[in-house]
Amino acid sequence: MSTIEKAAAEVERSVPGASVSLEPETELMTINMGPHHPATHGVLRLVVELEGEVVRDLRPVVGYVHTGIEKSCEAHSYWKVIPFVERMDYLSYFFNMEAFCGAVELMLEMEIPDRAKYLRVIHMELNRLHSHLVWLGTSALDVGAISMLWYAFRERDTILDLFEMSTGQRMHTRYFQVGGVIEDIPLGFERKLREFLAEMPTRVDQYEALLNRNEIFLQRTKGVGTVSRERLLELGVTGPLLRATGEPWDLRKVFDYLAYPDFEFGIPVGTVGDCYDRFRVRMAEMRESVKIIEQALDGLPEGPHIADDRKYVLPPRSELSTSMEALIHHFKLVTEGYRVPPGEVYRAIESPRGELGCYLLADGSAKPARVHFRDPSFVNLQALRDMAVGGYVADLITNLAMLDPILGGIDR
Amino acid sequence: MPDAPGLELIRSEINDRHPGAVLDTSFGHGQAALIADPEQILAVLRWLREEPGQEYTFLSSLHAADYLPAEPRFGVHYELLNRNRVERVRVRAALPDPGGSVLPQIDSCVELFPSADFPEREVYDFFGIVFRNHPDLRRILMPEDYVGWPQRRDFPVGGEPVTFTHNEPGAPLT
Repeated sequence: MSTIEKAAAEVERSVPGASVSLEPETELMTINMGPHHPATHGVLRLVVELEGEVVRDLRPVVGYVHTGIEKSCEAHSYWKVIPFVERMDYLSYFFNMEAFCGAVELMLEMEIPDRAKYLRVIHMELNRLHSHLVWLGTSALDVGAISMLWYAFRERDTILDLFEMSTGQRMHTRYFQVGGVIEDIPLGFERKLREFLAEMPTRVDQYEALLNRNEIFLQRTKGVGTVSRERLLELGVTGPLLRATGEPWDLRKVFDYLAYPDFEFGIPVGTVGDCYDRFRVRMAEMRESVKIIEQALDGLPEGPHIADDRKYVLPPRSELSTSMEALIHHFKLVTEGYRVPPGEVYRAIESPRGELGCYLLADGSAKPARVHFRDPSFVNLQALRDMAVGGYVADLITNLAMLDPILGGIDR
Repeated sequence: MPDAPGLELIRSEINDRHPGAVLDTSFGHGQAALIADPEQILAVLRWLREEPGQEYTFLSSLHAADYLPAEPRFGVHYELLNRNRVERVRVRAALPDPGGSVLPQIDSCVELFPSADFPEREVYDFFGIVFRNHPDLRRILMPEDYVGWPQRRDFPVGGEPVTFTHNEPGAPLT
């Protein structure tokens, strides 16, 4: 058949009411998406079975950025592990630190000062905003709203400036220590943070004005990737994905860690659990985070920012030149590290993507015997198949964007 | 968390139904753990999931640890959660190492908890613990042709040769 004849047959087939019956496209095509694809949010490879444009099966292949962080942690003393775990989920580094430091503190049965708890909450909620902003920018980009990326990254940059001011680094700050935080916030930080907090709710309004009535955005997200609440719970999904189905499950509320019981904040939930609900839940979470930071800043208690326990916490710099004892402690802590009594704990916190758990096994030495992170992206990725199978390949991109996986956390 | 007496109650109730299923309990840092016989792990997990009054229906995390030089060597941990009562309990399957090239085996709990799919593959990948009846037990994070179980305590850190085309004379230039 010549090309023209083929084209004519094609036209004939597509004419409604034509006598030629439509042939079902039974042939499945297997294609690779990624690992280097801009819409996979990292180095994620998806082996997709397509029937025409419809996804019939899907298999995520991960491990491309596996760097053996958990193994490396076993070779370093506890205080040196903190920078390692930060680099797992590189958008929620404060949460990784908190999961690890909290687990060590639990093991040592160490109480941290109130001011440290508040400072940790402030930084974690700023981090949640930062993480959601990156998600918003990249996800909107994936479904075609390109300008969102620049608006979201503008606010993200303000947050990174704040991190730089209080911790000295923009990302991977190593700010949380076992016992508290390494330094108190500097002068002027509070003023800058309040400026940001005053501005942020109007910025969220602006993002919503750009997206909430954007016809293309609505069509690409509404009714896409709906998975029932029961199925998500079976698959172990937590975080905004689960809350989008109407399940008000948030570890900040139910487990009362750090200073969260002191603050009033809501848990935004969705109704049907499609991609649009996931988007709305995260947007509402940004507003709640702003509220939490405001309350934490208003109620920030005076006092030390780190526990006064020389066996585990570095002595203040100023004491090193005057106190022999402080110098000995400093030397011991830096060279050998502290020993943690044998035991095992599992501590879970609510990261921007769900339950972030740290399992820690101590054998009595100065190095952990096992560090395992239950990364929410890793577990949530199992739900992608349920979300995408039966939908179009374009919706697969939307589903992936609204799932918000961070490959650094998945692969560790 | 069930408290220490509550944990003993759970232990005796499981052992009434499945003799010898729970070997021991441990309670530390406010966290409760049942140490279970790996051969009966599914019975223990099913009881905790389905027994009225327990209903630990959510598997938060599944991971493993190598307790070398202790015996039994491996522990597979199931962090169970009852979301209504906000209670966690950890089940640790104490898995001995058969030694040599024989891999330790345990039943897969994917039937009970579909969320265990990736975590069980991860445990297999890093510890060489085989989960019987797992639907698709392959390495997940390490390369498929990798040899060895890197998270075991006797597996050394480092020493991984990195090959580049310029120091591999026979390698084709791509």
